[in-house]
Amino acid sequence: MFNFAAIYALLMREALIYFREKERIAAILVSPLLFLFVVGKGLSGSSPVEGYTYQQFIFPGIVVMVILFTSITYGLYIIWDKRLDFLKEVLAAPISRTTLFLGKALGGMLGGIIETLLLLVIGMAFVMPLPLWKLLLCLAASVPVAYMITNIGLIIGARMKSMEGFGLVMSFLTWPMFFFSGALFDLATAAPYIRVVALFDPVTYAVDLMRYVLIGYGYFPPLVSLGALLGFCAVTTALGVAAFGAIQQEK
Amino acid sequence: MPPAIITTDLTKRFGALTAVDSINLEIREGEVFGLLGPNGAGKTTLINLLATLLKATSGTALVAGRDINREPLEVRRNIGIVFQEPSVDDLLTGRENLWLHSLLYGVPRAEIKGRMEKMLELVRLTARADSFVKTYSGGMRRRLEIARGLIHQPKVLFLDEPTLGLDPASRKDVWTYIRGLKDAGDTTIILTTHYMEEADSLADRIGIIDQGRIIELDTPDALKRKVGQDIVYLTCPPGTLEKVKHLPFISEGIEEDGRIRLTLDDSGRNLQALLKAAGDVEEVEVRRVTLDDVFLKFAGHQIKDETENHSMFERIAESNSRR
Repeated sequence: MFNFAAIYALLMREALIYFREKERIAAILVSPLLFLFVVGKGLSGSSPVEGYTYQQFIFPGIVVMVILFTSITYGLYIIWDKRLDFLKEVLAAPISRTTLFLGKALGGMLGGIIETLLLLVIGMAFVMPLPLWKLLLCLAASVPVAYMITNIGLIIGARMKSMEGFGLVMSFLTWPMFFFSGALFDLATAAPYIRVVALFDPVTYAVDLMRYVLIGYGYFPPLVSLGALLGFCAVTTALGVAAFGAIQQEK
Repeated sequence: MPPAIITTDLTKRFGALTAVDSINLEIREGEVFGLLGPNGAGKTTLINLLATLLKATSGTALVAGRDINREPLEVRRNIGIVFQEPSVDDLLTGRENLWLHSLLYGVPRAEIKGRMEKMLELVRLTARADSFVKTYSGGMRRRLEIARGLIHQPKVLFLDEPTLGLDPASRKDVWTYIRGLKDAGDTTIILTTHYMEEADSLADRIGIIDQGRIIELDTPDALKRKVGQDIVYLTCPPGTLEKVKHLPFISEGIEEDGRIRLTLDDSGRNLQALLKAAGDVEEVEVRRVTLDDVFLKFAGHQIKDETENHSMFERIAESNSRR
């Protein structure tokens, strides 16, 4: 079922490409940094958690935002691959679609984790001091988050036919997932409908876990967030393998 | 030796369109088989079926002894494909492309490096192996793709329009490699093309495919013999046609664009007799039968369609100029 050499090959491809496209690494950080340093500082003075500024309160949410943007974009990129025939070479290889999906998902996860590390380093310099163990714990938490969101991106990417849908996905999925997650506010004091929607938003649990790790505050108990995340990981893996199984040549 | 490929009533439908229509085909091991047909005839679909990139609607095929429906991964392990459109990764170097491909196809780790060097050598890309593929010319990409298609030592290699869009020099280059492979003799090669000369110069046998069916299948020479005859054009005074028409080796004579078009056996031997009978001739043009003619004969309707399109454009041009 799993072909480890092939997964390694798919992962290496993403790693090699990732470090060659430095503009992309920087471009993805722009919106999150605007939120962190403009919204975060502009709205200061109303932190829901005592002992932390508003900027520090939203920092974990911004970390998740970076992963969200990196991973969804990565997932949708396979539409390009499909159109340019790059994917064909991989689709023709003697590997199962499960192997292909896992290789692609792990490759995408890599990007999310590297962006997380970059943002954490920026955060350590300008937002809040972080001991090494917190940094490492944060990176560990970013693993399931990046994996889950990459899966979502790949599932949509596998089904979409053209890049024109990209804007739609960003407007109708990525931004709502971000805003409803409680990244910018405390869910405990939010309007009831927001809290209801947030329950179904996988990003909510990612933000909550990250916030628990960074500032010790969570809307859910950390194990509930972690459990929900792992559940979403499992479900999106199953859906992703199915979606990849359905990719056919179009001619 | 078992055949490299056997298809049994292989069929693929896309909705109402039957792209591959119950094809029965047997390709010998070590053979270079040319699939010749116009655009949309079903060449690529047939390749995609045999490479297990598409699922057959009905029927089946054995490729390197493995069933395409039941053992697709085994089929894939034993084949190499060079796609119609470029599919090497631009963002990687030539060497990296080969390395990742070897991992994907399960080449033993210890052998990868050696095989990479050998393949790069074969397609003469050693010097550029560490440049990004986006800096390669079209011909270099094609060569890299051929190297990639061969590095896992497939039993069957599919080349889908391997010279499409290449300049003449690169095309000759690619032909040289294909002939080299053919001489080495270990690999069965299935080649699709709509260039007649390509099929003529490379293939042991040619299948002419049209509307999803193999309408003719033979060696290039035999196909040419079937169409049979050479064509001689004579520019000469009126009345000459009557003088030569009855000659025994002439099967057809018509007036065309102010000259005479004669279809005859073996122009090499009979030309002298023809010219003697014709008398006063201003200009002679001899055309040996080419696969173009074969193709015109067996799949002539496609060409007709194209002429119709052409006249449609002419009509549009006319109506525009009248305005």
